[in-house]
Amino acid sequence: MDAMSLQRNKIHPHKYSLWIAMGSITMMFIGFTSAYVVKRAQANWFTFQLPFIFWISTAVILTSSATIQMAVEQFRNRNMQRYKQLITLTAILGVAFAACQWIGFKQMTDMGLPLNGPASVSFIYVIVSVHLLHVLGGVVALLIMFGRAFRTRVRTYSAVPIEVAATYWHFVDGLWIYLLIFLSIAR
Amino acid sequence: MSNEATLHSQEVIHGAHAHDHGHDDHEHHHEGGFISKYVFSLDHKTIAKQFLITGIIWAIIGAFFSVLFRLQLGFPDATFPWLESILGHWAKGGRITPEAYYALVTMHGTILVFFVLTAGLSGTFSNLLIPLQVGARDMASPLMNCMSYWAFFLASVVMMTSLFVQTGPASGGWTAYPPLSALGDASIGSKIGMDLWLISMALFVVSQLLGGLNYISTILNMRTKGMTMTKMPLTIWSFFFTAILGVLSFPVLLSGFILLLFDRHAGTSFYLSDLFVAGKALSNEGGSAILYQHLFWFLGHPEVYIIILPAMGMVSEILAVNSRKPIFGYLAMVGSMFAIVILAFLVWAHHMFVTGLNPFLGAFFVLLTLLIAVPSAIKVFNWITTIWKGNLRFTPGMLFAIGFVSTFISGGLTGIWLGNSSIDIHLHDTYFVIAHFHIVMGVSAFFGTFAGVYHWYPKLFGRYLNNTIAYIHFWITLIGAYLIFWPMHYEGMAGMPRRYYDYSSWESFKQFTDLNHFISVVVIVVFAAQLMFVFNFFYSIFKGRKVTSTNPWSATTLEWTTPINPGHGNWIGEIPEVYRWPYDYSKNGKDFIPQTVPLSPDEEKEGH
Repeated sequence: MDAMSLQRNKIHPHKYSLWIAMGSITMMFIGFTSAYVVKRAQANWFTFQLPFIFWISTAVILTSSATIQMAVEQFRNRNMQRYKQLITLTAILGVAFAACQWIGFKQMTDMGLPLNGPASVSFIYVIVSVHLLHVLGGVVALLIMFGRAFRTRVRTYSAVPIEVAATYWHFVDGLWIYLLIFLSIAR
Repeated sequence: MSNEATLHSQEVIHGAHAHDHGHDDHEHHHEGGFISKYVFSLDHKTIAKQFLITGIIWAIIGAFFSVLFRLQLGFPDATFPWLESILGHWAKGGRITPEAYYALVTMHGTILVFFVLTAGLSGTFSNLLIPLQVGARDMASPLMNCMSYWAFFLASVVMMTSLFVQTGPASGGWTAYPPLSALGDASIGSKIGMDLWLISMALFVVSQLLGGLNYISTILNMRTKGMTMTKMPLTIWSFFFTAILGVLSFPVLLSGFILLLFDRHAGTSFYLSDLFVAGKALSNEGGSAILYQHLFWFLGHPEVYIIILPAMGMVSEILAVNSRKPIFGYLAMVGSMFAIVILAFLVWAHHMFVTGLNPFLGAFFVLLTLLIAVPSAIKVFNWITTIWKGNLRFTPGMLFAIGFVSTFISGGLTGIWLGNSSIDIHLHDTYFVIAHFHIVMGVSAFFGTFAGVYHWYPKLFGRYLNNTIAYIHFWITLIGAYLIFWPMHYEGMAGMPRRYYDYSSWESFKQFTDLNHFISVVVIVVFAAQLMFVFNFFYSIFKGRKVTSTNPWSATTLEWTTPINPGHGNWIGEIPEVYRWPYDYSKNGKDFIPQTVPLSPDEEKEGH
């Protein structure tokens, strides 16, 4: 067992993979935002206000980051009841975030800024929805974790899956804040 | 054992199937049904074979396409009735139609660049060699590895489907530049075929990312005891750098494709502006086609290194083993690969010198491009000094490795010409470019692949390939490759543009009629030689000479310490420990010293 406990200092390969994956996703959004910057430098760039609801969705996703972090703590303390409640809450907040973004799209369309409008508008739709897909991927992962928490035949004591999920969740949260700041400043 | 402890110690407490992770019976598990053993296998060696065989099938298709369009280029006035019977209305009267010609050229590029030389090459050998050479039971995540292959398989199915739709596959070139690729009305190849192309490529990117993540975390995390980074064979270093390039550049390509899909179907104008199609003005305004080129080539350039780096790594290994000499300049090899990775991200605009790029900016891209010559030259120097005065064994793998060095030099030198923005104005989009990238990237990467297949075939299938066929294959391929591509330099310098359907109607290029004729004949001969290799490959799986020793090439690396036909888990019992670097050949009077042999007291004094 001594050898085992020594090994725990080593980073788990799945966590490592997650970090590389996050680098990869970051590159994708660097691709989008550089395209945005290049396009913005050209003539006839159309500027407009982002819908206010994007700031509400920011509050929602920030809250969900807090709840998933609490879920990790509860899991470590083997407080499974609270853990299940917290990951459910996180998943619900994730869906609420999606709903906010969707309402934001609707508001933009109603304001006369449709997807096939000027490129600056189209960029918002594309970047926000690709980010949203990544959040929804996180929601799916949480649903799987939720299903696992109810298994009785095979019981999980490893915190690695929930830690991986939580790191990813914080990442898409941070990514959204970066995107929002970027899109607000570089208008 | 160390990595397994990390992987499994924190894992689940199994109820019914606790035996799954018993550490000592790796030889026996996963011997389940046909499906879990051969189809949805989690064993990295089986996944490597799946990548290899899928790659071979694609290579036959892609190369056959080049034979078809070479028929048009070499014999523009002739008709081949048999073409009509296989291509139908795409070759009415036995002559390939212009639409079919563009479709064939596009699919030839797509298939060979992505499906064969990316998935088939690094997919095969990264999967096979990373766990075997770093000393791991399997990849960091075997499940993700399996998903990587099946995403590639799905991408293949979609791409294959696109060949059979009524309006034909994508035909706007493998780079899929808008506006041609963005407007369904622009050409028949831009209709459903283009959508299938984009979907297939998106799946392909997913496959590459899943694979790349695994390769990186396996190399960084799963090395056996004693296997420090500087004791890794150069193959592993090359797969490592390849994976980093892929993981960082493919997502950018994906974002370019996503924007293109929106332009195609959602009426956005990222890439489109001021266009007239069929006499009608389009409403799209304010887009920039150049933007796509930036996004595309930001992947596109690293992509050529994704193709060539694994070949470089395998060639380094094979040259050292078959020269019975240590690799010359191990750290210089690693350093030059690292330099190539960094520079790969900084040179993409050299594909765009004639797009109206600011000449001042172009000067920096020229400088950075020419800088790549430095690490490339270091590598070439080291390969040559490795075989210099070596005790050479001309196995088929060795011949292909030497052939690689030859084509890499002759193709690489023309890169110095093309990297100059002023010379590029004359040579851009001519046959000179075709000659350059086919030799340095296409032929070289194929030589690396062949070298790898011949060298590691005993590990893959426990048998040898037939040597006689192998030698015929090598000589026809080497001589043929030069006969095909060398003359194209002259055509390109005379200004002959690429992608034209028929040169005989151009006064300036009529002089090349006989040369084109000659090239096409050689293409057919070389293609036949490749079919011999394919026959050899499949025949030898069942009938090849059996391998009788676990280490047939007397090599030092860990994959040769496994049983001849290793099961899932690779080693019976403990994973061997590593004490020395992988290039101890002809040392202290010994022919070779495996990595698993502890240092002798003398060696320890030397401070190894």
